[in-house]
Amino acid sequence: MVKSEKRIIFVAILFAAVFGTGTTASAMHIMEGYLPLGYCIAWGVLSVPFLVAGFIRIKKCLESNRRNITLLAMTGAFIFVISSLKIPSLTGSCSHMTGTGLGAILFGPAPVSLLGIIVLIFQAILLAHGGITTLGANTFSMAIAGPLMSYGIYKLCQKLKVNKLVSVFLAASAGDLFTYCVTSIQLALAHNSSDGVAAAAVKFLGVFAPTQLPLAVLEGILTVLIIMALETYGTQELMEIGFIKKEVNG
Amino acid sequence: MGKNKKITIALLIAAALIIVVPLFALKGADFGGSDDAGSVMVEEVAGKYEPWFTPVLEQALGGELPGEIESLLFCVQTGIGVGIIAFCMGRFVERKHQESLRNKE
Repeated sequence: MVKSEKRIIFVAILFAAVFGTGTTASAMHIMEGYLPLGYCIAWGVLSVPFLVAGFIRIKKCLESNRRNITLLAMTGAFIFVISSLKIPSLTGSCSHMTGTGLGAILFGPAPVSLLGIIVLIFQAILLAHGGITTLGANTFSMAIAGPLMSYGIYKLCQKLKVNKLVSVFLAASAGDLFTYCVTSIQLALAHNSSDGVAAAAVKFLGVFAPTQLPLAVLEGILTVLIIMALETYGTQELMEIGFIKKEVNG
Repeated sequence: MGKNKKITIALLIAAALIIVVPLFALKGADFGGSDDAGSVMVEEVAGKYEPWFTPVLEQALGGELPGEIESLLFCVQTGIGVGIIAFCMGRFVERKHQESLRNKE
């Protein structure tokens, strides 16, 4: 069990990597130059408090125990991997997942905003995917709104005493979907000409949501898998950040 | 533990199916990005829209990033992520192994 599970998980990651990188196309995120300057600034300003809060939280988290950096690095890496994989969807177009659910569940929404923006900057500069001008808006949707949703769903599930893995699944999927809802609204706010913001939002949602739905499920599954792996091998680290209660398992 | 293993396998199969099924179900689809669909929709909703800023790298190169190079950079991104996760997981697994050895003594 010990060795085989580890192997299965790594094979799965490699498998996903091979499949994901086979198709090249840009997906999700608001493209460079597609938001008027005013909106770029507004979304950027709106994101700043979350980034600052994230920075403070991460600093505190590391001050309380240096070893928390392992899990923090892994959640960041998870976002790197997951958001680089472009997956074909049932609508015949490609999109990718966000990977921010894991961090939101483990560390809360604020630290994820900082981890998320690293990925967004990487993609905006090197991959012409997303953009520098739309960085604020994309940060808000992927690294702030999505994780907030994941965190909220996870906490709600905990209150309702839902099974832990089911909660993780629901939280990660909901966060992924919500990211696209926010992206649609952001696009609609800036581009709505005659028929109003709401109608425009529905139209944009019609493009993103059907593509994203299977991927949200996939993101849920992958997040559950990594949580299972961490619960098996990284029990100490999870206790350290309070994900697993000490008296129950230790 | 047996239950965990079963869940893992079931989830992996489900994940693989989600990725593979569209490829075979929609033969001939071009699987373009939903980003592109998004920009088409922008024009449909709001009329012709000229992006007012071009990506920095495209500006520096004076054109679009070649497809192969783009996939290279995406692979680099994946590689960085997988490397960190694999390194940390490897340490965790070995640590647990060593602990169980110590407990046996």
